[in-house]
Amino acid sequence: MRKILVGVKRVIDYNVRIRVKPDGTGVVTDGVKMSINPFDEIALEEALRMRERGEAAEIIAVCIGPDDAQQQLRTALAMGADRAILVKHDGPVDPLVAARTLHAIAQKESPALVIVGKQAIDDDAAQTGPMLAALWDRPQATFASKVEFKGETLVVTREVDAGLETDEVDLPAVITADLRLNEPRYVKLPDIMKAKKKPLDVTDLASLGVDAGSPAQVVRWEPPAQRQKGVMVKDAAELVDMLKKKGLI
Amino acid sequence: MLIPRRDIEFQVFEVVEAEALCARERYAAHDRATLDEVLGSARRLAEERFLPYAALTDVHEPELVDGRVRIAPEARVALRELGEAGFIAAPFDAEVGGLQVPQVVNQACNALFASAHVGFHGYSMLTQGVANVIRVFGSDEQRRRYLPGLLEGRFFGTMCLSEPHAGSSLADIRSRAEPLPGGLYAIRGDKMWISGGEHELSDNIIHLVLAKVPGGPPGVKGISLFIVPRYRVGPDGGLGADNDVRLTGLNHKMGWRGTVNTALAFGPNGECLGERIGEEHRGLASMFQLMNEARIGVGVCSVALGYAGYMNALAYARDRLQGRPLGQRDPSTPQVPILRHADVRRMLLAQKSWVEGGLALELYCARLMDDLATARDAGEGARLHGLVELLTPIAKSWPSEFCLEANKLAIQVLGGAGYTRDYPVERLYRDNRLNHIHEGAYGIHGLDLLGRKVPQDGGAALAALAALVRETIAAARSDGSFSQEADQLDQALGGIDAATRRVLGAMAKGEAERALANATVYLEAVGHVVVAWRWLEQARVATRALGTAGAADRAFYEGKQAACRFFFRHELPRVGPQLALVASLDETPLLMPDEGF
Repeated sequence: MRKILVGVKRVIDYNVRIRVKPDGTGVVTDGVKMSINPFDEIALEEALRMRERGEAAEIIAVCIGPDDAQQQLRTALAMGADRAILVKHDGPVDPLVAARTLHAIAQKESPALVIVGKQAIDDDAAQTGPMLAALWDRPQATFASKVEFKGETLVVTREVDAGLETDEVDLPAVITADLRLNEPRYVKLPDIMKAKKKPLDVTDLASLGVDAGSPAQVVRWEPPAQRQKGVMVKDAAELVDMLKKKGLI
Repeated sequence: MLIPRRDIEFQVFEVVEAEALCARERYAAHDRATLDEVLGSARRLAEERFLPYAALTDVHEPELVDGRVRIAPEARVALRELGEAGFIAAPFDAEVGGLQVPQVVNQACNALFASAHVGFHGYSMLTQGVANVIRVFGSDEQRRRYLPGLLEGRFFGTMCLSEPHAGSSLADIRSRAEPLPGGLYAIRGDKMWISGGEHELSDNIIHLVLAKVPGGPPGVKGISLFIVPRYRVGPDGGLGADNDVRLTGLNHKMGWRGTVNTALAFGPNGECLGERIGEEHRGLASMFQLMNEARIGVGVCSVALGYAGYMNALAYARDRLQGRPLGQRDPSTPQVPILRHADVRRMLLAQKSWVEGGLALELYCARLMDDLATARDAGEGARLHGLVELLTPIAKSWPSEFCLEANKLAIQVLGGAGYTRDYPVERLYRDNRLNHIHEGAYGIHGLDLLGRKVPQDGGAALAALAALVRETIAAARSDGSFSQEADQLDQALGGIDAATRRVLGAMAKGEAERALANATVYLEAVGHVVVAWRWLEQARVATRALGTAGAADRAFYEGKQAACRFFFRHELPRVGPQLALVASLDETPLLMPDEGF
């Protein structure tokens, strides 16, 4: 029966106002509430629904992060994942390193499906899923808003600029979850307690043989420019004029 | 806006030390991570399913349509999620289907729900209370029949005490329960002010009804308590026939509109069956079990609503640019956020000191309940029970006065904007106004405290409380950083002692009316002393934590210290004159001729 691997990234909670460190080396995470990346929560929810429909047997949640990331994996287990793997790594997680890590675990676990969020709300890179598919040499369907099994293939509705696109992919495959795929469940209190007894394995990049280097270099972190003061216009025509002058339309 | 995460974490884990409870057998299934997860889950549900509908159910209050109550459908969704997630069952024993979550965490969750939408929260608060009465006083069969539905949120509960002609005076109720062959009773009577009395939010409604069995003693000694379901419940918990409980009207309230308030007729067609719970004629004692818990629950709601107001006022004060610092008259200089103005700061600090002090009071009571549930011996149990009984009228009343005052100042901070329905602060004020009245009006709790709880057991509970306060005073003096506040608290404690002696002396001489004439003033003064004590504890915890705190936490802890100082300088000084007035046995209100009003 099928296994599903779900990538769960630990990110600054979506409610927190992000502050860049004064020296430009990153963002402030000290004392800041951390949560599961909301798109990864959607990925996990979809896997749980597949298992509930009898389309999958086991769900494994994987997180790359510091020791404290066990919190997010506990939440994933409380939502319903069967077991969890923490790959220890301090500092920001590069999408290529994440893809290599998921690839290494996929080779060990041989899942029928890997589901990750379409992007993480911290770096908004949207690269982990595609890079994993390339490394693993398997089909991918990104920005999924609907997923259905059809025998040993998966029919995926994707949200693209022109509307909706429907693809059929062979298994094993990589799916990235979009916002409209589902609405994740609330964690139930009895499940929080059950999660304590579920297995959570801890490993690291070296043990998995993952190269932690990346061609991408972070040069500097800066807050976005302060919003400029607005201008009042008297009617729609003036608005259109202004937009044209600014080269926006 | 919800009670912020950082303060919940501080109060639950740093002040009343919830994690330490996990070392006790009752709470052994929990640890810091699970309790964090429970609080996180409550916050999310409150943010997503409660908060967005608070204004909606205020504008569209419950309606009577064809004899049924129509409520916004979002209420059913929110409450179903709440029940399914296990929040109603949370504090109950595992053997009845509960999760043995400590009360400190359960009440913190309740505070989050109430700060998001007190109207939705009302149903679960009542249901927890009703389930608790059935757990304590019900027969095994009653527990099997009713508890699963209540704890899973399929049945909601109500408490039916008042009648149209008898509110605070329960001795005068007229509802009757006629024994039937087979052990059931035929219930007949009218009940008034019943929250959650009729709705379609749950599959069934379980009313707890006070009624008199014919032939019993007169007054409160002749009252019995009955389980009266809206639909009869079979032995397997399945739903049966309609039980002849009729909705006779809705009450249109100033606030708290998300919880429907009803007038009900029990047995207008002679078809209403009730099961007695507990002994005949002992119903009021059982109901008080529910009342005590409900009273702490009401205190939690008062705090939550005051806190929500404070958060809104604070956000507004940080954003709103208006005026310049005193002495800076140049109109070409930029305006400052109103947070910079001294009187706005005073109003914000007053709100902070009331709502965070109130939360500390409620969570301390919750911690006492956890200690009581895990007491090692009968002696410790009796001491803790006495403390809970003594603090219950204070936990109910103090926030209903001062967190309502916080709502008043939240409106003031927003000025004219606060008086409009464009901002939630006026609604929060209206919602909170109820807490001063229900579950025993303010004045009733003064009588309960001074006339009943203080003299009971030779004054043991007040002595036990004073001993705890003195421990904090001694510790603060040896820490050194809040020794002035410690002296002030010591003096206030002396004032309570002197006033209490005078009042008890007068009661011993049979002058009850005169002795208790200023019981409300006494309630308010003792409340202030207890909250000052909890502030001193918060300040001590904050001071210790400052040693190792990072930048973000430093501001938080320094805010706690400042709010403590504010409470001692601006609030606690009220207590001296109040206690002197109580000790003087002032009779001015009693001596006023009726015609002179």
